[in-house]
Amino acid sequence: MTKAGAAIVAIAVLAAVVGPLITPFDPANQELALRLSGPTSTHWFGLDELGRDIFARVLLGARISLLVGLVVVGVSSTIGIALGSVAGYCGGSIDEAISRVIDILLAFPGLLLAIGLVAVLGPSLTNVVLALSVIGWVGYARLVRGQVLRARELDFVQAAKALGASTPRILARHVIPTTLPAVSVQATLGMGGAILAEAALSFLGLGVQPPTPSWGTMLNYGRGHLLDAPHLTIFPGLAIAILVLGFNFLGDGLRDALDPATQGRRA
Amino acid sequence: MFRFLVRRLALTLPVVLGVATLVFALIHLIPGDPAQAMLGETASEQDVQALRERLGLDRPLVEQYGAFLAGIARGDLGTSLRTNEPVATAVLDRLPATLELAAAAMVVSIGAAIPLGIIAAVRRGTFVDHLATTLALTGISIPNFWLGPLLAIVFAVELGWLPVAGRGTAAHLVLPAISLGAALAAILARMTRASLLEELREPYVLAARARGTSRARAVLRHAFRNSLIPVVTLVGLQFGGVLTGAVITETIFAWPGVGRLLIQSIGFRDYPLVQGCILFIAMTYVAMNLLTDLAYGVLDPRIRYE
Repeated sequence: MTKAGAAIVAIAVLAAVVGPLITPFDPANQELALRLSGPTSTHWFGLDELGRDIFARVLLGARISLLVGLVVVGVSSTIGIALGSVAGYCGGSIDEAISRVIDILLAFPGLLLAIGLVAVLGPSLTNVVLALSVIGWVGYARLVRGQVLRARELDFVQAAKALGASTPRILARHVIPTTLPAVSVQATLGMGGAILAEAALSFLGLGVQPPTPSWGTMLNYGRGHLLDAPHLTIFPGLAIAILVLGFNFLGDGLRDALDPATQGRRA
Repeated sequence: MFRFLVRRLALTLPVVLGVATLVFALIHLIPGDPAQAMLGETASEQDVQALRERLGLDRPLVEQYGAFLAGIARGDLGTSLRTNEPVATAVLDRLPATLELAAAAMVVSIGAAIPLGIIAAVRRGTFVDHLATTLALTGISIPNFWLGPLLAIVFAVELGWLPVAGRGTAAHLVLPAISLGAALAAILARMTRASLLEELREPYVLAARARGTSRARAVLRHAFRNSLIPVVTLVGLQFGGVLTGAVITETIFAWPGVGRLLIQSIGFRDYPLVQGCILFIAMTYVAMNLLTDLAYGVLDPRIRYE
C-alpha cells in the first residue's frame, strides 16, 4: 500500500508539473459548439459547460490541490511544531495558555470553522489557505507537545541542558528532531485532508473562484449537469479520490514503518 | 459519579466560552465595515448606520461581547437580516431535518463498519482483511461531495429507484445517509478492527477458547464487547464530523437542514444567521463530546477516578 500511495502521489506531482505543458488543449480555451460533449478520443474527459477540455483542467487542478496541500501543511506544521514544542518544553503557564487554545479549537469542527472564516473573509485561494492553516496547526501542536513532554526527559536533552545550552538551541537541535518522524506521518495524512478540505470549500462556492480550475469548483459546476453531462462530475471527483487515497496509503504505510508497536501486527 | 459529572461539566465551560468567543469574533473579521459588507457597496450611509445600530456594531467591543454572551444565555441569537425571523427559530425549525439525517448516517455507518471491522480482525492477514482495509481507506478518501452526486446519478437518474433530492419519505433519506455515513463507516471499521485485534490478544480470550468456547462466541461475546469502548467513544467524537459533513450533504440533496441554511445564509451575507448556524452546530458538537465523555465514564469506571 505504501508503494501504491507513493506511486499515486508521484504520478500526481508529475501530472501537475508537466501535464499542463504537454496537453494539446488550453484549459481556458472554449469550444462552445461542443459544450458538454462526453469523452472522445480527442477530449479524453469530455468538455465542460463552456466547452473547455476537462482533462486539461483536471491536470491544472492538480497544481492547485497540491499547492494548497503543501502550503497548508507547511504553514500548519511550522506553527504547530513551534507552539507545541514551546508548550511541552517550557510547561507552566505557557503550556496552560497554548493548551487551552488547542482545546477550544479542537472543540470546534474544523471544516465548520474554515467555512465560517472563508464566509467572512471572502472566497479566494489565499483565504482558503489561511482558514485551513488556522484549523490545521492545532493537530500538529498537540502531537508535538506530547512528543516533547517525553523527549525533554531523555538523557541527551538533560545533558545538553546541564552543559548550559540555551532553550532555543535545545529545542532546535535536540528536541524537535525527535518529533519529526511523527510529524511527517501527520503531514502526509494532512496533505490528503487539506486537499479534501479545499475541494469541499470550493465545491460550496467558498474556495477557489472561476476561471481557476479547482477540482472542487469543477464538481460544483458539474452539479447542474448531473442529468445531461455526468462526466463533469465523474472525472474531477475521481482525481480527488485517487490523490487523497494516495496520501492516505502513504501516510498509513509511514506510520506503520515508523511505529515499532505496529510492526508485525499488520500482515 | 456525581463528582465526575461536575468535573466534566466544569471542564466544558471554558470550551463553551471559547467556542462562543470564536463565533463572536467571526463577524469582526469581515474586512472593512461589517455592516457595509452585509448590505453591499451600493447601500446608503443611512442604511449602513441603521444596521450598525441594529446589530450593536456601534457599541464598544466589550459591550458587544457581553450582549452576545447574554443573548446566547437567553437563547436570543438576533434576527435574520433577510427574513427578520429570529435566528434561533430559523435554526430550530431546521434542526429535526439535520438530526434525522445525522442519525440515519450514523445507523448506516455503524451497520456497515462493525461487521467489516470484525471480519477484518478475525481474518487478519488474509485477502478479506486486505480488502476490508483497502475499502476502509477508500471510504475515507472519497469525498462525500463526489459520492453524493455519483449515487444520485446511478440510483436516482439511471435506475430511478430513489428520489434525487428533497425530504419527505424514507426513500429521500437513503442517498444522503449513505453519502454522509460512508467516511464515518470507514473510520469506524478501522477502529473496530484495531480494537478487536488488541482484545483478541488478551489472555481471557485464550482462556475462553481453552474452556471449549467456540471461536465465534469467544470473539463476539468476549472480545468484541470489550473492544466496543473505544468504538463507542469514536462514534460520539465523530458526530461533529457528521454535522459538518451534513453542511455539504444537505447542499447536494437539497435537504432542508441547518447546514443548507448556513450555506444559503453565506450566499445572502446574512451574517447573524451564519453566526447562529455555526454556533449551533459547534455547541451541538461540544455537547456530544461531553455526552461521550460521560458515557465513557459509565462504561469504564476507571475513567471516573482519574
